[in-house]
Amino acid sequence: MTKDECKQVVLDIIAEIAPDEELSDVKPEVALREQLDLDSMDFLDIVMELRKKHGIEVPEGEYGNLVSLDSCAEYLTPKFNALV
Amino acid sequence: MEKYDVAIIGAGMSGIAAGIRLAHFGKKVCIFERHYAPGGLNSFYFKEGRKFDVGLHAMTNFVKPGVKRAPLNRILRQLRISREELNLSEQLGSRVAFPGRDIRFNNDFGLLESEVEREFPGQMDGFRKLVETIRSFDDTEFNYPYQSAREVVRRCITDAILEDMIFCPLMYYGSSTEDDMDFGQFVVMFKSIFLEGFARPKEGIRNIIKLLLQRYKEAGGIRRMKTGVASFKIEKGRVDRLILDSGEEVQADIVLSSVGLPETYSLCSEKIESEADSKAGRLSFTETISIFKDQPSTFNWGDDTIVFFNSRDRFAYREARDPVDLTSGVICIPNNFDYGEAKLPEGIVRVTCLANYETWTMYTEEEYASEKEIWRSRIWNAAKAFMPPNSLDYSKDCIAHDMFTPKTVEHFTWKQRGAIYGAPQKAKDGTTPVSNLFICGTDQGFLGIVGSMLSGIAMANTHALR
Repeated sequence: MTKDECKQVVLDIIAEIAPDEELSDVKPEVALREQLDLDSMDFLDIVMELRKKHGIEVPEGEYGNLVSLDSCAEYLTPKFNALV
Repeated sequence: MEKYDVAIIGAGMSGIAAGIRLAHFGKKVCIFERHYAPGGLNSFYFKEGRKFDVGLHAMTNFVKPGVKRAPLNRILRQLRISREELNLSEQLGSRVAFPGRDIRFNNDFGLLESEVEREFPGQMDGFRKLVETIRSFDDTEFNYPYQSAREVVRRCITDAILEDMIFCPLMYYGSSTEDDMDFGQFVVMFKSIFLEGFARPKEGIRNIIKLLLQRYKEAGGIRRMKTGVASFKIEKGRVDRLILDSGEEVQADIVLSSVGLPETYSLCSEKIESEADSKAGRLSFTETISIFKDQPSTFNWGDDTIVFFNSRDRFAYREARDPVDLTSGVICIPNNFDYGEAKLPEGIVRVTCLANYETWTMYTEEEYASEKEIWRSRIWNAAKAFMPPNSLDYSKDCIAHDMFTPKTVEHFTWKQRGAIYGAPQKAKDGTTPVSNLFICGTDQGFLGIVGSMLSGIAMANTHALR
């Protein structure tokens, strides 16, 4: 899994959680909450879908790592690769 | 013994919504419902071939797509439901009708502002200040201290009639406390009714219930209907197992109860320390539903969706001393939503008033039936006074009717005293002294169709998914 593939996985989850959001212009370095209408319930869903679809655990104290697509990729790519 | 991750008590809006969340994320969940029908306080039933909604007047919290943080948009996401599936039609317009004063409002807040300015010109600065206070209040915080809403409103509004006209719809839609309410609750209600708005699915509540049950089933959720829970066996401060009405025992790691707070405490096998403070709600209602062959627009009642009326100098929202308190109430005309070309097949007028629980539950069967008949026409006459004049002859033109009383509500929902808005003490964060027992629905504090779904979602997220 590369970091770019990881970003796409996160975008796919967001597309499922928030199908009404326009995702084509999302800037990877900017906080997701500033670009999209995502609240804490939506972030919980991102975490839950990561666990459900990909078996990845994100402890509550580490939710902050999901603030932007770039930080998601930094944090999650090693977790994806550790599963293999 | 069956064992679940989560047992949900009650197949109403909040229970099913909670179930969808839990089942979607792989929890083994079972909803236990004592009635054969789903929907709880917001159910539906058939009588003489007609479908009647139990609770639905209008769905509050209506907003257009894309409104950030609005509860309706949040629940659509959380339940993975699309707006189109709800098939909502907006209200035509509603009114608060007091002696000599009318304030109209609809889903455009500008109308309410201009009506307040017209009726109470000196109060506009105060009204704007109040709205600003409401908009800036953080209503996502569960455990804030109690603040009297009347006190906060009086700092902005100095005309008692305007104050009462603002409180009237919020109390009827609805408050579990007499005269005043917590300001946090006031904010939630003000937003849901005035800043957001009213809408209705054309087919009534039935389609929403069907949709929710379908999602729940697709997610792998299980339902046991006609299966009431008789008690929770408490051991070491937690629910060890559930005892069903049949005597069967079931285990669950977590129990989420939507039956109400005092009702939930009464199910516990041991007395819970907070139980003494948890009293049943004192506010119960009666509602008449009258059916007419023609559309209400043909008898001059085609403009008002909901009318909140009051005939007293000061609006009093209190336990009724008389069997029915005719001095105030709510008129709802389900035809008066923007359904486009399609119309409802018949004219419907619903009238709700406060009612005395003890009186209605103490009648014999014959007295009960005859008293309902007597009060039905009295209620009609009280409501009629606030509506445009027409030449309807109620006794001839009303082709079908039904009426529920506090006794009806208690019988079918097991809410103590038939209190549809629940107990005055809410469990705002959903916790109880029993470590794995949580509350959702009316007594967690979120009300209405959207509110109760949000309650089930929030409590499931917070207490069973993290």
